[in-house]
Amino acid sequence: MKPQHPIDYVLHLADNALVLGHRNSEWTGHGPILEQDIALSNIALDLIGQARYLYQYAARLMNVTGDAKQEVTEDILAYLRDSWDFRNCLLVEQANGDWGKTVLRQFLFSAYQYFFYREGSRDAELAAIAEKSLKEVTYHLRWSSEWVIRLGNGTEESHSRMEKALDQLWMYTGELFLPADYEQSLAQAGIAVDLAAIQPLWEERVREVLTEATLTIPASAMQKGGKQGRHTEQLGYLLAEMQFLQRAYPDCEW
Amino acid sequence: MEETKTIWSLLELVTDPEVPVLSVIDLGIIRGVRMEAGHPEIVITPTYSGCPAMDMIRMNIRMTLLQHGYTDIKITTVLSPAWTTDWMSEKGKEKLTAYGIAPPMPVPVVCHPGLFLREEAIACPRCGSYHTTLISEFGSTACKSLYRCEDCHEPFDYFKCH
Repeated sequence: MKPQHPIDYVLHLADNALVLGHRNSEWTGHGPILEQDIALSNIALDLIGQARYLYQYAARLMNVTGDAKQEVTEDILAYLRDSWDFRNCLLVEQANGDWGKTVLRQFLFSAYQYFFYREGSRDAELAAIAEKSLKEVTYHLRWSSEWVIRLGNGTEESHSRMEKALDQLWMYTGELFLPADYEQSLAQAGIAVDLAAIQPLWEERVREVLTEATLTIPASAMQKGGKQGRHTEQLGYLLAEMQFLQRAYPDCEW
Repeated sequence: MEETKTIWSLLELVTDPEVPVLSVIDLGIIRGVRMEAGHPEIVITPTYSGCPAMDMIRMNIRMTLLQHGYTDIKITTVLSPAWTTDWMSEKGKEKLTAYGIAPPMPVPVVCHPGLFLREEAIACPRCGSYHTTLISEFGSTACKSLYRCEDCHEPFDYFKCH
């Protein structure tokens, strides 16, 4: 199989980072205590920064192929694509819910990103982004792991909320390891990460933390489609808010 | 050669907007200076991906060089090798302590995913005590975490190893 241009793949990674970064930013000013409000806002910034590198790279690739009618920029990719163009996993677009659900979503995804970025890439640009991001993601993983344990193995109330959050989110974790078409050919070329290789590492970490947190993994039917642009209704609400300004006032800057 | 030397000395004047005692050279984010036909190219690397100070630093570098008569200034960003606090100058670390921010540990202990593990004790920049407690791994900016001194009871920022 001939390796494709990695545009779809780079957009998939960028969308993952932007959508979760935006979800986290919804907490800014609303966190349970000041320090944790700042912590989640820091994580949001890291993710949005990573998304910017990836959108800038995707834009360069798109401009080189020359199919686009106008010059593509990172802002066009973030603000002017609709839900069906977004390639992010369903997990990252899920609504924040309570603090427990937010930190659990972060944990499930940070564990994925951690092992993902550790693999690097044969594509020099993706390798550099992975090297940079891994340092940041390591903090996210430790922070979110500890919160999952603290709340899961906390009070009766926090435990039952975490069980509920796990019931709501677990069904979206299967998709993380289901390669899309654009991942399969690129994985053979060493550009995309081989998801089958990192799945056991993710499972081990997740099991370790959930056990410590006294939480039970539910037997959910796994959902998929985000990588192909088939999203849950949650993404539409997120984009409506995130993209509002550029839609209502095109090219506005401040 | 002489010309790049001048540029390096001008970069000493550009400071981090969040930690104004540190120049961009102290921070270790300048990865190279090149001159091509009288026009400078500055190669920089970001501290953290989402650090909002980076855009301002790029602008301040440009403004400083423009003020000193340079034109067509090129600022190139590289991501690899990724920035590390090892690149911070010794002078920079002293300036941080004097400013009230604990500098990164001399032996870098970067974050690893182990649960509930903490770096070795960080000295309070005010009273020097090692009797300090981590309040939050994420502080007022991406590069710092928040500590409290149990002896002088003051909270302080720690410029964390990265």
